Amino acid sequence: MSGALRIPGAGRLSQAKTARFSFDGQSYAGIEGDTLASALLANGVHLVGRSFKYHRPRGILSAGAEEPNALVQIVRDDARKTPNVRATVQELYDGLAANSQNRWPSLSFDVGAVNDLASPLFSAGFYYKTFMWPKAAWKSLYEPKIREAAGLGVSPDRPDPDHYSSRYAHCDVLVLGGGAAGIAAALAAAETGVRVILADEQAEFGGSLRFESGAKIDGKDGFAWAQAAIARLGAMDNVRVLPRTTAFGYYAQNFVGLVERVSDHLKAPGHDLPRERLWQVRAKRVVLASGAIERHMVFANNDRPGVMLAAAARTFLNHYGVAVGKNVGIYTANDSAYGAAIDLKKAGVNVAAIVDLRDNPTGPVIDEARALGIEINSGRAVIRAGGKLRVSSMTVQPKNGGGERTIPVDAILMSAGWTPSVHLFSQSRGKVAFNDETKRFVPGTYAQDCVSVGACNGTDGLAATVDEAYAAGARAAKDAGAKAAKGVKPKVDASESWSRGMLGAAPGAGPDTTVKAFVDFQNDVTAKDIRQAVHEGMRSIEHVKRFTTNGMATDQGKTSNMHGLAIAAETLGKPIPEVGLTTFRAPYTPVTFGAIVSHARGPLFDPTRRTAIHPWAEAQGAVFEDVGQWKRAWYFPQAGEDMHAAVDRECVGVRNQAGLFDASTLGKIEVVGPDAAKFMELLYTNPWEKLEPGRCRYGIMLREDGFIYDDGVVGRLAPDRFHVTTTTGGAPRVMNHMEDYLQTEFPHLNVWLTSITEQWAVIAVQGPKSRDIIAPLVEGIDMSDEALPHMSVREGKICGVPTRLFRMSFTGERGFEVNVPADYGQAVWEVLWAEGQKHGATAYGTEAMHVLRAEKGYIIVGQDTDGTVTPNDAGLDWAVGKKKADFVGIRGMARPDLVAKGRKQLVGLKTKDPKVVLEEGAQIVEDPKQAIPMKMIGHVTSSYWSQNCGRSIALALVAGGRDRMGDTLYVPMPDGVIEVEVAGMVFFDETGGRLNG
Amino acid sequence: MLLIRCPYCEEERPELEFRNAGEAHVARSANMVGESDDDFEKFFFIRSNPKGIIYERWRHMHGCARFFNAVRDTVTDKFVMTYRAGEPKPSKLPKNSNEGLAK
Repeated sequence: MSGALRIPGAGRLSQAKTARFSFDGQSYAGIEGDTLASALLANGVHLVGRSFKYHRPRGILSAGAEEPNALVQIVRDDARKTPNVRATVQELYDGLAANSQNRWPSLSFDVGAVNDLASPLFSAGFYYKTFMWPKAAWKSLYEPKIREAAGLGVSPDRPDPDHYSSRYAHCDVLVLGGGAAGIAAALAAAETGVRVILADEQAEFGGSLRFESGAKIDGKDGFAWAQAAIARLGAMDNVRVLPRTTAFGYYAQNFVGLVERVSDHLKAPGHDLPRERLWQVRAKRVVLASGAIERHMVFANNDRPGVMLAAAARTFLNHYGVAVGKNVGIYTANDSAYGAAIDLKKAGVNVAAIVDLRDNPTGPVIDEARALGIEINSGRAVIRAGGKLRVSSMTVQPKNGGGERTIPVDAILMSAGWTPSVHLFSQSRGKVAFNDETKRFVPGTYAQDCVSVGACNGTDGLAATVDEAYAAGARAAKDAGAKAAKGVKPKVDASESWSRGMLGAAPGAGPDTTVKAFVDFQNDVTAKDIRQAVHEGMRSIEHVKRFTTNGMATDQGKTSNMHGLAIAAETLGKPIPEVGLTTFRAPYTPVTFGAIVSHARGPLFDPTRRTAIHPWAEAQGAVFEDVGQWKRAWYFPQAGEDMHAAVDRECVGVRNQAGLFDASTLGKIEVVGPDAAKFMELLYTNPWEKLEPGRCRYGIMLREDGFIYDDGVVGRLAPDRFHVTTTTGGAPRVMNHMEDYLQTEFPHLNVWLTSITEQWAVIAVQGPKSRDIIAPLVEGIDMSDEALPHMSVREGKICGVPTRLFRMSFTGERGFEVNVPADYGQAVWEVLWAEGQKHGATAYGTEAMHVLRAEKGYIIVGQDTDGTVTPNDAGLDWAVGKKKADFVGIRGMARPDLVAKGRKQLVGLKTKDPKVVLEEGAQIVEDPKQAIPMKMIGHVTSSYWSQNCGRSIALALVAGGRDRMGDTLYVPMPDGVIEVEVAGMVFFDETGGRLNG
Repeated sequence: MLLIRCPYCEEERPELEFRNAGEAHVARSANMVGESDDDFEKFFFIRSNPKGIIYERWRHMHGCARFFNAVRDTVTDKFVMTYRAGEPKPSKLPKNSNEGLAK
């Protein structure tokens, strides 16, 4: 037996297919095809959660995606504990385990419910009023406690083991919503042969045909017609039918995001299945058939478990075969709730009474209810619900006051009317319009190529809906380029009547301030809160919303927005359109990060770049650091060495013998063409025309504003060919910068730019023994100082492979950078390494490289400069061509503030205690005794222990720094003030003799 | 995600292939050194940021890598037209292109 409240013969599920599940550890039986909600209700379980703020017991309100209350945690295993799953959309599978949320120690006895009694403390805006003092307590005390208490579910603490997939799709007509309207539109479009995608969030198509027992289309029961139509559509080659697929976002140019829940409904999803699939669909035309959502009645204690939407109760009965109670009451302001009363009565459930707020409702459903012997109390209101963990009664009173009568019930089914789901329309930037007669917002002005049909368009009645949708589907196909359709429009034989309803608070919602008549169940916002927000000065609905948090929960106010708006409008004494509607934003329902991220996580989040020499470094036990996307060898620790010891050894080794360094990540751009030199003149501060082929120059690139953008050594290989190097991280943006000027500002120059970063592996061989290591392996290049002086470049061969051999140095030692085609990188490195071993060479990493260059005062763009440093600030005036008429940055550099006195300049710093190493980024002051906040005159940009100098060294940007040589400045740190002396930037071999020695 | 027509590739491609490159038709002076501070300020810092039609530069970064110009409506995000770098600012826009023009 799959639950005591399952009615034999009712619903569409097969009783034979039992599925066992548990809720809070208790085991129950359901049926395949159930949702968790229908299975719980079949077992008489209404209490499923505690509310967000007051911890009030909550039940199941709806039967769909709008559910604000029944949020549960679904637990598959240790890593799969999905919080905040709406029980009304979670399909049941055998073995499903669910837990309630936001309660302690148990669902029926929750300590947090004391908040309900203390609710005067928690009224609207209480976050803004209560937790203001002391200021520091917000981060440390209030926020963590509030988050703990006002909890939703618990996030899993392990990595998500599931995988997600992502697809792009193009179609002619995208139909969103698979009720009668969506199916009719899809049929009309599909029959023309155009490409159609039809998506619906439910497992089965049909929308409100799931509960409308009175619908007949093409001679069939409405739901059966829908299944037949879907089967037909699914068999067509030009149609893709996507069940369990929610359109969550509508973006520019008819780009719609859908998420398909592929395996959350399966008992044991195979590893070949993704959990969810993100569809990014570009459609020529979109048909919005998103339906309408029933509103609840706003009266006291309308949140008691067992109080639910009338259509939801009808869905549970007609689709799932579940009676939501044995003795139900109905509270309505429109006709549609009568359907629930009639269907339940016919199924053998006692309907205690219908309470209708309208004075003298008339019509076929009212007659039918009366004929079935159901008591109808018109012109009356339910002013409160009784019971706590489950509703036990409803108290009825004439709506203008008078004697009360309490009727025992175990469920209250309510309907205030239907709100068109204009979420996607609004997301498409369409403007909604308020229909004063029907009191609802419907699509007004369209911004994109889409059309709304059926209930979401404010169209009442099944026949009108199908007519409208079929015509719209055909039109959308035609607009997307289809020829005439050959299909036949579905014929509606019978349908149910729909009518208006009411907005805002019903009589049972106050004015008593202790009454809790909920507008927004998920965020615990009552009618009183909305009124209070207005009384406290909120005028715009956007302010009311933020002050009360109405509509700001994960359900996005699907049931609450219109009520909140109506109460605010009434309190303000303004018509609804003047108060305005809050903006609908994506996502329509919560979307997992997994679906959005898809495969782009872990190693696939970002590409990893490795040099040709990487495997060698790895085999040597190098420790790597990330530099942009590159993995670079940081240092090469030997047995027993920590980083400090390894770097010291590497630094000393380079200066005493020689070192090998993998510089392959250096950005490299070849600038080629008859106007190459002219182009270089414009892009760099330096003069290039007179640089002889075979020579190199250190170049500085500025932005137009005069600040340093990049730097690097440039070799001129031929009159029309420059080999430009850039910083490791700067290569792509330098290339973009060059292309931009070449294509748009200097298109008259005949130049080609080619990125050659990955074509050449670069092995830096530095140190007094460097030439001895290289020379025996080189062919065709004279290695003498006369023929190959510092800052020159030759093409030839090394180890039998082509090389561009640079004589240059980033260490201050005699040095070379051996460029070889990347494929030969590791082989050449290994030969150089073997040769180097004869001379005591060491391999060094990026840390030693940084120390060695800092010992020489060579800057690193992006470390010693920060985008506000001019060449002059960096002491690089010598690299700016004084006679040049133009280069990028020439004018910016001359701006008044950039030539003003007192700018921060790059200088060296020596700590008075040579053992103290400054912290990079530390601030510098003139007077450490001044009051806080101190005047900061600069900061440390680079700082290292230099084993070669036997002391710490640092570079810093200091205001007027070059005029402070020898001055004492101070670096205040948490554990004391450090005294420093301003010095030159060169700490080692000041005369530079070693470059040639 | 927007669809952008590359005037060199002559087809619409997804936004992912492109990179915005700021306002178009901001010409660099042939005599930069002679620019006054005010003129340099206008050239380098001042941008129009309109509500409505904007002329801007894009680069088909992951396609042909060419820079080109586009006319876009900042209200609707609709691309009115695209044209090649160096071509003059269009004096007339295609019909129906100003639907989203802010008043």
